[in-house]
Amino acid sequence: MSIGIAHMSCRELVERVTSYFENALTVEDRLRFEHHLSGCEHCTTYLEQMRRTIELTGTLRVEDVSPQAEATLLQVFRDWSGH
Amino acid sequence: MERVDEADLVDRLRAGDETAFAELLREYHPSLLRLARLFVSTSAVAEDVVQETWLGVLKGIDRFEGRSSLKTWIFRILANTAKTRAQREARSIPFSALEDAEGNFEPAVERARFTGAGHWAAPPHEWPEERLLGAETRSVIARAIEELPPAQRAVVSLRDVEGWSADEVRNALDLSETNQRVLLQRGRAKVRRALEQYLTEDT
Repeated sequence: MSIGIAHMSCRELVERVTSYFENALTVEDRLRFEHHLSGCEHCTTYLEQMRRTIELTGTLRVEDVSPQAEATLLQVFRDWSGH
Repeated sequence: MERVDEADLVDRLRAGDETAFAELLREYHPSLLRLARLFVSTSAVAEDVVQETWLGVLKGIDRFEGRSSLKTWIFRILANTAKTRAQREARSIPFSALEDAEGNFEPAVERARFTGAGHWAAPPHEWPEERLLGAETRSVIARAIEELPPAQRAVVSLRDVEGWSADEVRNALDLSETNQRVLLQRGRAKVRRALEQYLTEDT
């Protein structure tokens, strides 16, 4: 390879997606990762699917406290603050 | 929640301000329940554990020194409460299984989809956007997370559902940096596979 970076295979790349997202690759591995990605449409698709997966997982968050739990806990608070 | 707001919140709690407590409930109660559910066997016990946690927060708030964030402190109380309860329940807990990052290698993508040289033999196809954004996709993801081994489920739930940082998860679950990352990678890869299966099956 002309720029002297050891080759990263598709099989290796898919194992390193989270490390890539987390900025946990060494500088050299990051270069190998990005070099591979720039020439591989399948791995580009794979990476994009991992991104979408993470993004959609984030939409599962439950935001609400049930009114019943809130009432119970506010009573707990009143008992405590009245101590 | 910002540190600055936190200091103010802590002061108001100490002063017995009920609205401060209500704010905390809205911010953390759902996440606490979700985390508790990872330790104990039923939702009812999880609710109990969270209630006990809030009581612990109130009893301990005068001793809270702000060395960690309020959030980290609250979730530590939850983790301790839940572990104690789990022991009482004599349930052997996922968290002894947190070591499973060290265990067998689980490839992100089935080996058969690569050639001997490691190139894609059966590459991923682009996902149909319309179907991806359909209502059923979320339940496919939820089910995939439910089916993960406990430690992977815990990490994926906290990182990707609750949006915690890697450090927050490592602290709450007592994981090394590498283990946290390996569990996350494996869990996410399985969720992606479940989505792929769902999106490419015939309608």
